[in-house]
Amino acid sequence: MHMSDALLSPAIGATFWTGSLAAIAYSAGKLKEQIDEKLIPLMGVLAAFIFAAQMINFIIPGTGSSGHLGGGMMLAIMLGPYAGFIAIASVLIVQSLFFADGGILALGCNIWNIGIYPCFIAYPFIYKIVAGDTNSPKRIFLASVMSVIAGLQLGAVSVVVQTVLSGRSELSLYTFLFFMLPIHLGIGLVEGVVTAGVVNYVRTMRPEVLASAHESKPLSSDRSIKKVLLTFFLITVFIVGVLSWFASKNPDGLEWSLEQMYGKSELSEQDSRVSRALNRFQEKTAIFPDYRVKKGNEKIPGNRDTATDATWPQAESDTTVSGLAGAFMVLCLIFALGFGIKKLKRRKNA
Amino acid sequence: MSHHLVELKDVYFRYPDGTETLKGISLRIVHGEAVGIVGANGAGKSTMLMHMNGYLMPSQGTVIIGDLELNKTSRKEIRKKVGLVFQNPDDQLFMPTVFDDVAFGPLNLGLSQNKVQERVASALETVGCLDLSTKPPHHLSIGQKSAVAIAAVIAMQPDILVMDEPASSLDPKSRRHLINMLKDFKHTKIIASHDLDLILDVCTRCMVLGNGRIMADGLTEDVLSNKDLLEENSLELPLSLQKM
Amino acid sequence: MLCSEFSALELSWKSMPSFDKEYFSLGHLDLLSYQNTFIHRLDPRTKIAVTFVFVLTVVSFPKYEVSGLIPFFLYPVLIFSLGDIPVRFILKKVLIVSPFAICIGIFNPFLDTITLYTLSGIHISGGWVSFFSILIKFVLTVSAALLLIATTSFPGVCYGLQRLRVPEIFVSQLLFLYRYLFVLMEETMRIVRAQAVRSFDKKGLEIRTYINLIGVLFIRTMERSERIYRAMLSRGFSGRIETFRLHSIAQADVLVLLFSLVLCYCFRRYDIIGMLDHVMKGLL
Repeated sequence: MHMSDALLSPAIGATFWTGSLAAIAYSAGKLKEQIDEKLIPLMGVLAAFIFAAQMINFIIPGTGSSGHLGGGMMLAIMLGPYAGFIAIASVLIVQSLFFADGGILALGCNIWNIGIYPCFIAYPFIYKIVAGDTNSPKRIFLASVMSVIAGLQLGAVSVVVQTVLSGRSELSLYTFLFFMLPIHLGIGLVEGVVTAGVVNYVRTMRPEVLASAHESKPLSSDRSIKKVLLTFFLITVFIVGVLSWFASKNPDGLEWSLEQMYGKSELSEQDSRVSRALNRFQEKTAIFPDYRVKKGNEKIPGNRDTATDATWPQAESDTTVSGLAGAFMVLCLIFALGFGIKKLKRRKNA
Repeated sequence: MSHHLVELKDVYFRYPDGTETLKGISLRIVHGEAVGIVGANGAGKSTMLMHMNGYLMPSQGTVIIGDLELNKTSRKEIRKKVGLVFQNPDDQLFMPTVFDDVAFGPLNLGLSQNKVQERVASALETVGCLDLSTKPPHHLSIGQKSAVAIAAVIAMQPDILVMDEPASSLDPKSRRHLINMLKDFKHTKIIASHDLDLILDVCTRCMVLGNGRIMADGLTEDVLSNKDLLEENSLELPLSLQKM
Repeated sequence: MLCSEFSALELSWKSMPSFDKEYFSLGHLDLLSYQNTFIHRLDPRTKIAVTFVFVLTVVSFPKYEVSGLIPFFLYPVLIFSLGDIPVRFILKKVLIVSPFAICIGIFNPFLDTITLYTLSGIHISGGWVSFFSILIKFVLTVSAALLLIATTSFPGVCYGLQRLRVPEIFVSQLLFLYRYLFVLMEETMRIVRAQAVRSFDKKGLEIRTYINLIGVLFIRTMERSERIYRAMLSRGFSGRIETFRLHSIAQADVLVLLFSLVLCYCFRRYDIIGMLDHVMKGLL
């Protein structure tokens, strides 16, 4: 469920980076105001703990396959939303650097999808209200499972929306949602049970831990189960709204709306600039007068519509073959360079 | 030399759940002394040490470090005077590189960058780890970790060095290195350990703690050769004395 | 000396259980980042900036672009060779990385079947081209992330972020996470080994056992954080983590940054392959 660089467009990546950075800055500010000094090492080691815990597999009952922990909701419950969010974001950064889970541009989306929803929606509006101030293991169980599922569903919708908006994948919104939501319902159920188990275990062993996370947050107290249902309702309305907004447009409509959002389509603009530059280059190197680069606005043989033409650089079957040869040449050159540097270095060291 | 004094007067300590771990401890340690503290598990050694830098406050009685009486306001000053080295170096070295870790204390003292660098270099030099400065702690051996943990504390230039089981997980060579290092330190030293031979080597004075009380206090050779006393407190003669 | 350590590690991986493998692979990557090469000596901020520019430029190519992406392989190749990073180790990590991009990309050939190229009689559909484009982007961006850490070290990245005005609490959070990652993984590894000895090669733990194990680990972690806090207090901690930095932007940093910006711009704007192809044709 980690978003990946390769599926993203720069605009979507940058948008969610901005959002995530803002959330980090906001949480850091909140923590600075009201932090218990003890929390600083605790946040750090608990994030490391989640990391280690993710590496142990457990058997998913009834399936025989194995799964591992995500841990976002667990951190939110144990540390409260602000510290929890900071801790999740730090785990995701380490994952993206050491395991290249997703990549660096997608990190903004991942912090958003995996951090924001559990900490700032599922925790205050579902977990806190359902669990209440009682110590009943049953309510904690219910609250954990509900909030984990809600967090993961929102995250999944988010991944789908980001992918579709980026336009690198051909999957349509509906098909993609149809894949993602049921899978994440299953994952959420298992993760919810595990989260509930661990929370209840810690509560019996060290009740003061959970108490401190609860006290520090002035979010709750006068909320009721009704409000949870209202939240659920609102989330549903949100999802349905997003769906219908998309449904009202065909795929071309999507491209159109993207253009509206980010100004003129960056791609076609880029293309024309490229060709203009190439033309200039060509004029200067007039030794090869027969060479011409196909521009995007020249119709490609075949029945592609104009919307895809805009994203289409030069392409014609005979230039393709030589293009392949050129690409191969460039790759060889690059690798030869790398090899040369290594050799040179080795000789220097010897 | 009164400012290097450690004095506990009839100190009691109860944990919130009611267990009483210190039951009337009184002691006085003066400048330059090296004092060993021995006793069975749960005798109250660690609890007592944690009073010496104000991590725990006595439920009853007074703690005096130098010319300050321990209370919530004097706690910060006292922590500058007393360097506490804990048992597990992994908990002690919490910064990502050796340099950062040793610099943590001096930076908190508000020293200038140059001064901090000097302090770090000389502390690492003292423990023989200057070349490890840029390494992260998880690339060090346990012996190196415990040496760096000591450097991190002496970089703050405390008057009094308090150590809880400094040699517990060291191999024999690192342990010997540590013992030689401790012998060279001019600080007032208070060392709690099950390693009675280490105490015998490093400390001139020794106390036996049992069940929250001081059972014996005297010259190390006398205390640690008293077989009956030691066995009453779940201890045994140091190996080097058993052969005789 | 380091090199021989690496190869010994790599050899013994095959026989290790998966948790140990993850742990050592992480440790290996971490170890690489403490080398001393031209690339390693650059200021972390330079490397963070270059990585971002690189990734942004790569993903900014439209869906059907393949040939324009090829020149970008120059970046990883330069870092691999100048930074003394073992190629096979990083490539292996790229391959085992979570395959979300590939899982999603593989649908393209089935959904977009309109022929885009005809290559000596074989029709290549737009879906295959866009899938291939996703694959190349995937390899480029993932290796960029891994190379950043392999040449900068995690604390280096953190100090870079600190200088870039990322909030202090967040930077200290990252530093703590990094520091205790290895400690806790070692602790967990001991538990997992003990478990593996008794569980006869099952794929994982029963959920009940798992919950208890994680619970125990959690409590131990809490207690550890209390001990750490105590150690911090005894060294004068009063709410802020002060750090000391020696890094500064040098001439080399400015040059590297400029060089990368110019290259990224040129590779994005001009069709290098086309030009080269053109030059080649002229020569023949």
